Amino acid sequence: MTLRLRSSSWKSNLLKILRHNHGFGSASHAARHLRQKPPHEPTLRVSQNPISRFCNTMSEKLSSIGEHEDANTQVHANITSSPVMDFPGGKVAFTPEIQFISESSKERVPCYRVLDDNGQLITNSQFVQVSEEVAVKIYSNMVTLQIMDNIFYEAQRQGRLSFYATAIGEEAINIASAAALSPEDVIFPQYREPGVLLWRGFTLQEFANQCFGNKSDYGKGRQMPVHYGSNKLNYFTVSATIATQIPNAVGAAYSLKMDRKDACAVTYFGDGGTSEGDFHAAMNFAAVMEAPVLFICRNNGWAISTPTSDQFRSDGIVVKGRAYGIRSIRVDGNDALAMYSAVHSAREMAIKEHRPILIEALTYRVGHHSTSDDSTRYRSADEIEWWNKARNPLSRFRTWIESNGWWSDEEESDLRSRVKKEMLEALRVAEKTEKPNLKDMFSDVYDVPPSNLREQERLVRQTIKSHPQDYPSDVPL
Amino acid sequence: MSSIIHGAGAATALSTFNPVDSKKLVSPSRTNLSVRSQRYIVAGSDASKKKKSFGSGLRVGHSQKLIANAAVATKEADTSASTGHELLLFEALQEGLEEEMDRDANVCVMGEDVGHYGGSYKVTKGLADKFGDLRVLDTPICENAFTGMGIGAAMTGLRPVIEGMNMGFLLLAFNQISNNCGMLHYTSGGQFTIPVVIRGPGGVGRQLGAEHSQRLESYFQSIPGIQMVACSTPYNAKGLMKAAIRSENPVILFEHVLLYNLKEKIPDEEYICNLEEAEMVRPGEHITILTYSRMRYHVMQAAKTLVNKGYDPEVIDIRSLKPFDLHTIGNSVKKTHRVLIVEECMRTGGIGASLTAAINENFHDYLDAPVVCLSSQDVPTPYAGTLEEWTVVQPAQIVTAVEQLCQ
Repeated sequence: MTLRLRSSSWKSNLLKILRHNHGFGSASHAARHLRQKPPHEPTLRVSQNPISRFCNTMSEKLSSIGEHEDANTQVHANITSSPVMDFPGGKVAFTPEIQFISESSKERVPCYRVLDDNGQLITNSQFVQVSEEVAVKIYSNMVTLQIMDNIFYEAQRQGRLSFYATAIGEEAINIASAAALSPEDVIFPQYREPGVLLWRGFTLQEFANQCFGNKSDYGKGRQMPVHYGSNKLNYFTVSATIATQIPNAVGAAYSLKMDRKDACAVTYFGDGGTSEGDFHAAMNFAAVMEAPVLFICRNNGWAISTPTSDQFRSDGIVVKGRAYGIRSIRVDGNDALAMYSAVHSAREMAIKEHRPILIEALTYRVGHHSTSDDSTRYRSADEIEWWNKARNPLSRFRTWIESNGWWSDEEESDLRSRVKKEMLEALRVAEKTEKPNLKDMFSDVYDVPPSNLREQERLVRQTIKSHPQDYPSDVPL
Repeated sequence: MSSIIHGAGAATALSTFNPVDSKKLVSPSRTNLSVRSQRYIVAGSDASKKKKSFGSGLRVGHSQKLIANAAVATKEADTSASTGHELLLFEALQEGLEEEMDRDANVCVMGEDVGHYGGSYKVTKGLADKFGDLRVLDTPICENAFTGMGIGAAMTGLRPVIEGMNMGFLLLAFNQISNNCGMLHYTSGGQFTIPVVIRGPGGVGRQLGAEHSQRLESYFQSIPGIQMVACSTPYNAKGLMKAAIRSENPVILFEHVLLYNLKEKIPDEEYICNLEEAEMVRPGEHITILTYSRMRYHVMQAAKTLVNKGYDPEVIDIRSLKPFDLHTIGNSVKKTHRVLIVEECMRTGGIGASLTAAINENFHDYLDAPVVCLSSQDVPTPYAGTLEEWTVVQPAQIVTAVEQLCQ
């Protein structure tokens, strides 16, 4: 535990003040108090071992004095015998020195990673062991997601799809987090997490159906592409508005807690989403309600064209957890093994201890924001290329599974050609499938269509009948 | 209108409203005048029927209990004074809520100060003690967040009743209500239902200031996917609360700050009110007055004066603000041919504006006069008591409007 004291005179002054104010009888009491960080140092300190930070406990209630970085130094500054300030919210130690908590720590919160840039396991790394089967499934799904994204993107460029948004560069976050969850955990996605659905068994055909909005789409053609939803896979329909799913997730977590289910709610959002009020309020609520929810932030550096430096001025998102009383961790989002371990551990804590957990997954948005965006207008093509090649999550994980003898070049090319074929077939079928019936424009607004909607449907049908040439021919009536 | 007799009993008044006089009630600008009066004559020839309708109008004060209420789902005949229990409107809401929470363990309440405090208007009083802190949840102050929470909980199987401390605060929850609450059932292709009830007091109170005197029904009425109802009596408050909780659709239940202490005797047996039905408060022949929430009482007060002046207004509490009960309203318009809407919303974009449009579109042929809508002015509600009183439609204005319409 490092102690940063400016000078001995400062220290002796402090001792004097402490003795006077706290009524400390002996130097040892004061010294013990000193072992806490000096008052003018920032309270956020960085301990060397990321895992000990990871195990940091927030179990001290607000009423105890000061913040503790390590479980080792339990400073009980004799609150029972000396006067302390007692306000609503608990006892606080007081200080006669005017000091402001610094707006940032000297060092940024370290990032948990297990595989290095070349896919080699870092020595002394702690991670949750994965079986060959799970590891191969994770990798295969990452490849599938990548291929799916590329093909859909191209399809939009060719005019076959109206819109698409890729998750290129974020495959590890998508798949590895999904792999660490159970099928009963309810997912509240933003829109860049189709990998979670993929992991749970959503087929390429089902993805294609939603993108084409045909009659086999579970959403009945009502939403934009990538706005998937599946109640049987516990993946809630994507709502385009940013961060509105975060309070929804807290509510779901509350519901799971009420029903005593062995499951948690998981919500994903980007760095931009953390600026929305819903994020902050939901975090606060989750902490107060002691709700079992995982907040997974995909900090990919960009919110359309807004870089994170224009989005917030804190040290990323991980530091915000503490502000709400939420345990948090920063993870290398492009390290599938680290993601898996972090989410796995977080989930256990969330459910067993009824607490929310914040996970900031650092990554890079390799793709454009969507097909309506050309990101080379605000960032260099070289930067994008570098992240795609040198920091690619797939190649890192592939190196690791190959080093375990679980994967080979042959399996790689087999997988890729198989998935590509399947994707193209899915596209072909989805494109040909009929669109939903006109009545689906009016159904599900309510459980039963009320009279005004029935009337409106009647009017639409009447108009179509009198002007059939103005009406698209591929929508069944 | 010299033949109209002021005051007096049913018999004498009845004789004046013979078919001949009815022509005077018809606007001279109408071309098919004779057709209109024909209709009236046909209706009028059934003297016994007319007598009954007029006679019941005299018992204006007891209209809530004694009028055969088509909107009541269960028995209505047994309204003798001995059965039933008396309570205040907020207690009726609480009773309905408690019964539903007893009936279904998934029903829960969330909002600010709803728990041990019992709610700002005591609607959730005692519920936290009975059902626990988890089922009656005190939330931090963020309407958007706890509404969002309620929606998420509803999607996972609970049936939350979300309380806004004041309807005006729910403006902060507009995003969740509009984008998620109203839309998710649709955009998910019917996979997820959102059976929430969003409720709270709104309307102009007694000097609560502009921010606490809002009529949110105007803002919410366009949102597809939600239903809106407004309660006005202890009877329909309890009935609508129960129906709203049981509904699979998201329902917004509008209560009024000044109506919480209304007292009425309600049945001991269980009952619910139909969410989409309007309530016939006072049948009549001359004019249809459509109203809801607190304005119902201003209208009934005006009705007393009108009856004394010899008019026979039909008063309907529309109750269902979205969708409108055009069946009940239509039948009334077809009978009386004149419509007056009395509401507390502001003139622009209010419930009255939509209702006027709906009536004009659907019942244009049956109208003898343009639909008149009395609403509050397009101003923020002033704090000063005298000014506040005049932003709200008063009985005197209603009487004048009826007189003008019936010329």
